[in-house]
Amino acid sequence: MRPDPNCLMTGRLFIDGDHACSEGAIAAGCRFAAGYPITPSTEIIERLALRFPLVGGTFIQMEDELAASITAIGAVWGGAKALCVTSGPGFSLMMEHLGYAAMTETPVVFVDVQRGGPSTGLPTLPAQADMMQARFGPHGDCRFIALCPNSPQECFDLTIEAFNLAERYRVPVLLMMDEVVGHMTERVVIPPADAIDIEPRRYTDRAPGDFRLFEPREDLVPDMCRAGQGHRVHVTGLTHDERGYPVLNAAAQDRLIRRLRDKIEKNADRIIRLEEKGLEGASVAVISYGITSRVAERAIELARAAGVQVGSLRLITAWPFPADRVRRLAQEVAAIVVPELNLGQMVLEVERAVAGACPVISVDHAGGAVHPPERILDAILRAAKEGRPSSLGRSA
Amino acid sequence: MASREIKIGGLGGQGVIMAAMILGKAAALHDEKFATMIQAFGPEARGAACSAQLIIDEAPILYPYVLAPEFLVTLSQDAFRQFLPELVEGGVLLYDEDLVQIGDLPATVRAFGVPATRLAESLGRKQVLNLIVVGFFTAITGLVSEDAARAAIRETVPPSTTALNLRAFELGFSHGHALLSRR
Repeated sequence: MRPDPNCLMTGRLFIDGDHACSEGAIAAGCRFAAGYPITPSTEIIERLALRFPLVGGTFIQMEDELAASITAIGAVWGGAKALCVTSGPGFSLMMEHLGYAAMTETPVVFVDVQRGGPSTGLPTLPAQADMMQARFGPHGDCRFIALCPNSPQECFDLTIEAFNLAERYRVPVLLMMDEVVGHMTERVVIPPADAIDIEPRRYTDRAPGDFRLFEPREDLVPDMCRAGQGHRVHVTGLTHDERGYPVLNAAAQDRLIRRLRDKIEKNADRIIRLEEKGLEGASVAVISYGITSRVAERAIELARAAGVQVGSLRLITAWPFPADRVRRLAQEVAAIVVPELNLGQMVLEVERAVAGACPVISVDHAGGAVHPPERILDAILRAAKEGRPSSLGRSA
Repeated sequence: MASREIKIGGLGGQGVIMAAMILGKAAALHDEKFATMIQAFGPEARGAACSAQLIIDEAPILYPYVLAPEFLVTLSQDAFRQFLPELVEGGVLLYDEDLVQIGDLPATVRAFGVPATRLAESLGRKQVLNLIVVGFFTAITGLVSEDAARAAIRETVPPSTTALNLRAFELGFSHGHALLSRR
């Protein structure tokens, strides 16, 4: 399916990541947004509030983030593609409804422009400290997809991808931006409509009496139905059967919760997107995401100039985590360096995948700025010196 | 061309961010270069310290922050005091000569003053002082082309103010041009 060309700002723009996210949402077919303004995400809903009336969309400023998130979910069940937008403190408030969206398999997009936390923290300054919240935020076992753009262009591209993945897997997708990417202004190229793929909602072709809202197809994802076409549906946060009716016992819980996990885990190879640069023959690998990946690239340039063979694995998809790729990488390199704007979050997942096969060096940061590239450079140089000797010998 | 780092500092309301936006747009959309602009401001709408960082390069820009500006534009005394130490040796300082007392500068700094606010007032709207600065910057540094700057202005300012903003640009540009030819 293609976007409506009349709604696209096809061309070259000089805009920030927040505005690029708004344009990506419009391109993806999103026509409903609910939000409560919070720095550094406010520009996203400001632009949507301006642009939506021109493209037939609706933006509602809600009384708080709980209301914003549940309103977006309601809009999805009413037939719209919808998103809600927030930053740290608001993201915490949205956790209840993020879990509800996972349980009800609602294809909705949550955008979190990360700032320093916890609590009110640093409203106008960056962090990447909500990454584990994007995995384990709500109570109960649930799985999401989380994407990490590192430029305004990618804010546009990955917002479209977020909507497509949400529809394909009937799952909430989290766009995990950060303050720098959100407020950084660069060239953004918006392609013509025929160069953009958008995923239509998976509507059933079954007759009302023959349709079950939570009956999975072979890819473990169930179809949806159009509101008002005669299908009687029941959507609940309670544990439910394939009709959507509450079944409150261990067997139903086991069946549902394992499927919600498996539809993401078993499709992980199709979901995960990585960017690999210079890893062939590298003795050190840097794993990073979001704005930190660009700071890391600077450090990598400096390290190469100092004679270290170092490559980069960028997590465009943070969740599901690319454990298989990281496991293989740990066999190929002498050491892995993980810089991130938190005190060590995704590095835990890297360590879990590496399982001791090579040293993993965390380059942490409490947030409020990006790393000085020299800190990442120091870690790369240390990794090259202290890494697994056999691998160092092989690549030398 | 290596990466060119620019910092513009002043007060909220002077159009600091808009000036950086126009220069970045000129480079990224019309001169076929890469540009990354980052802004820093407080929660206040007007009157507080405000600055913009702009990097222009022939190649994609990785690290987005300005670490050692080669070009510094200051429109307030505070911005001058705060940012002058960051200017690289041999760097270029542009300043509003009515608002910033530069005193004794390091010998390597090449300084160019413009009465931006006063020139804007002569056009009847002091709000266009930032366009005077954009014109002055374009003439002195040559980092963006004149045509690219004009195109970026047309795309950026409200249509009803295009003519006035372009006049401000030309006034700043000719002031810079005259200053260069006198040296």
